[in-house]
Amino acid sequence: MGMPGRKVFISGDEAVAEAVRLARPNVISAYPITPQTVTVERISEFVEDGSLKAEYLHVESEHSAMSAALGAAAVGARTFTATSSQGLLYMAETLPYVSGARFPIVMMNANRTLATPWALLSDHRDSLSQLDSGWIQVYCENAQEAMDMIIQAYRIAEDPRVMTPFMVNLDGFILTHTYEMVDLPAQENVDRFLPPYRTANRMDLDDPKTVCYAALDDYMEFHLKQELDMRKVPGVIEEVELEFKGIFGRSYGGLVEKYCCEDAEAVLMTLGSVTGTARAVVDAMRMEGKMVGLAKIRFMRPFPAAEIAGIAGNTKAMGILDRDLSVGYEGIVFTNARSAVCEIESPPRMINFIGGLGGRNISKEDMRQIFDQLMQAARGEQGERVRFVNARCE
Amino acid sequence: MERPLVVKFKRPDSIRDYPCGAFRVGTLVQENSGWRVFRPVIDTGKCIKCLRCFLVCPDGVIDKSGEDLEIDYRFCKGCGVCAYECKVGAIVMMREGDDGNAR
Amino acid sequence: MDEKMVTNAGDLTNTEFFYGHRACAGCGGSLALRLAMKVLGPRIFVAIPANCMSATSFLYPQVSFSVNAMISPFPATGAVLSGIEAGARALGIRDHHVVGFAGDGGTADIGIQALSGAIDRGDRIIYVCYDNEAYMNTGIQKSGLTPYGSRTTTTPAGKNIPGAVGRKKDMFGIVAAHGIKYAATASIGYPEDYLRKISKAAMCKTTSYIHVLAPCSTGWGFPAEETVDIGREAVDCGLWYLAEYEKGDFILNRKPKEFSSISEYLKRQARFRHLGEKEIEEITVGRDEKWKKIMKNWRV
Ligand SMILES: Cc1ncc(C[n+]2csc(CCOP(=O)(O)OP(=O)(O)O)c2C)c(N)n1
Ligand code: SF4
Ligand code: SF4
Ligand code: SF4
Repeated sequence: MGMPGRKVFISGDEAVAEAVRLARPNVISAYPITPQTVTVERISEFVEDGSLKAEYLHVESEHSAMSAALGAAAVGARTFTATSSQGLLYMAETLPYVSGARFPIVMMNANRTLATPWALLSDHRDSLSQLDSGWIQVYCENAQEAMDMIIQAYRIAEDPRVMTPFMVNLDGFILTHTYEMVDLPAQENVDRFLPPYRTANRMDLDDPKTVCYAALDDYMEFHLKQELDMRKVPGVIEEVELEFKGIFGRSYGGLVEKYCCEDAEAVLMTLGSVTGTARAVVDAMRMEGKMVGLAKIRFMRPFPAAEIAGIAGNTKAMGILDRDLSVGYEGIVFTNARSAVCEIESPPRMINFIGGLGGRNISKEDMRQIFDQLMQAARGEQGERVRFVNARCE
Repeated sequence: MERPLVVKFKRPDSIRDYPCGAFRVGTLVQENSGWRVFRPVIDTGKCIKCLRCFLVCPDGVIDKSGEDLEIDYRFCKGCGVCAYECKVGAIVMMREGDDGNAR
Repeated sequence: MDEKMVTNAGDLTNTEFFYGHRACAGCGGSLALRLAMKVLGPRIFVAIPANCMSATSFLYPQVSFSVNAMISPFPATGAVLSGIEAGARALGIRDHHVVGFAGDGGTADIGIQALSGAIDRGDRIIYVCYDNEAYMNTGIQKSGLTPYGSRTTTTPAGKNIPGAVGRKKDMFGIVAAHGIKYAATASIGYPEDYLRKISKAAMCKTTSYIHVLAPCSTGWGFPAEETVDIGREAVDCGLWYLAEYEKGDFILNRKPKEFSSISEYLKRQARFRHLGEKEIEEITVGRDEKWKKIMKNWRV
């Protein structure tokens, strides 16, 4: 273990800003949108007071935020941007652009629902709509994890085996605006963990290059190269997490964090901050002797298919809690998870719980009902595949 | 003549050998000469070296480094802008493969 | 960087930085790119959004540049250029130019927001709009810079509508209204004037903008060999003008003693050939109004 960190009482947005300062990006470009704003305001202050030596670009849109980051990355700069919701969709054109060009841009997305109807609060409709954009996606449970993942994101994204952009998701307001005690790592430890970015993937005055070019006959090869490299990401995540733990003393369980899964008859899978509620309910139900377990899906891309299949093979009922809905079908996480579970011989019963849309609260009571339904399914009771939490669809 | 080389390009055998992003510039793999119906020919006796043709060629195929102007026929598309702009009529457009028949 | 003015073919390097591209024979846009790069030299970063120029020059493995170059997202030329310059600044990269080449659609329509943002930030970039007066790469559709009366594939000329009915947006005025330090209009029909303006832009310490008229034989419908001449005639008949905006002043660089015939200019191009007297009169009135303002308000 290196130098100890410093305990600070900050919000999720501020934790991200602190992490960005520690990661020493060269260029930041961002456009304001609630609930990401505090992050970019803090970063602006760091640039102003000189504690972060970076160029801050005041861009006129999210599309331009990512495009400016793209331009900076194209000459070899480490970059950061942050957005949310409508902003993420406004920049959507540029996401596959960046991943196809293999630029390791790191972005914070403060998860917020999509209009219309307009709403301010959190669900995962924004980022899950961009699963196919070629970005790595992680979902954080608390401010500490958000801070640590920003720092790790640069290491993973910039790894020469990876060279893939990285989206760090944290639930709007629930995480971005809630204050927590966070361990702020020492700069020298971060510098040891995260050396300056050096890459051959850049335009270079001494050895001119093209980036973001066209490839008509070779399109598939370029795209499949992205796929091949994305498949290396789980191994890199594991390595990086181990090293991170060695220096900072924290780790998060790789692609999926398992909680009481070994002997569970029913397992619920969650994303992001709602995991905290689920964990508390698991604790309570375990006290009552109920064999429930929890798995926090941390990464949606690369998708932890093997891990999820492994958990599924060991339980009788599996629930996926989606804070999104692909209208006309089911939850997006559920679709992904079920395709992973298809692979195993005797799959558990699978139920898709859809809740928390537009930020509607998922209480402990709701959570207990979810687990109760899962236990019933584990006992063989039949029922709807897709169920709505704290809402009716009729 | 100082004009970029055309090199033989070998497609990567494996996906692994494709570039991860940046790709080299400055070498070409294919000529454009097949586009041409008419070929510009400079009458060096008439040419007064005003460089107008060099200036206005959209493809940059007229080289001014030598004693006389030289056309890089690998990349000349035969658009005729040079001949149209030459004030002294020193460039004639000849039909390709049909010697001596000026347009 | 050691900057010197380039004003004629003799000053130009023999080296080509944009070569072997697949643009149409006699393409005015490609001439605009070629000449600008020759003025700016090898130490440049080029960004070109989706348009005819990028579509014909970045075809892996045939990359028609010998300088650093990239395709930018169609709407984002200004932002990508800012990003490149900010990255270069942050990394201590010196003695270079950052230049973008966007078409009329990429500038006046989908890219106008990013261009406006870039001028507002004032980063040291050179933005060149090569204006072929329509969306050419997608097959000659109307853009915000398509002139009145022009037949395009989305403004077909018929009994009811005479082709495009919009007025070409005044991009030069729009850019100047940002308080930019240096902006200019040019035409490939007057290449020396264009070279001089690119040279001036290169000396600028902040954002500069050059709007160069770049005739397109394919989209306008004239013989390829006439590209440069059409660009010249557009200026001579007064439908385009050569001007600069510098230190808050508009300066007219070329004042035709007498305009050449507008109808001659229009008749040379298939896109205008359907126009009758009435429409030509309307175009003439538009020109005269513009020039009245120019003569009144600009330094001549
Ligand atoms: C976001 C987006 N919308 C539309 C397109 C399709 N598109 C590609 S090139 C082009 C036309 C470009 O026109 P212009 O900027 O005038 O340049 P030109 O092709 O005329 O040289 C269009 C519409 C695109 N690439 N991206
Ligand atoms: S334009 Fe004509 S006279 Fe001038 S250099 Fe070319 S060939 Fe010679
Ligand atoms: S015909 Fe066209 S491409 Fe060939 S040299 Fe003349 S101007 Fe250049
Ligand atoms: S369509 Fe026009 S602008 Fe496009 S390459 Fe051809 S001549 Fe050039």
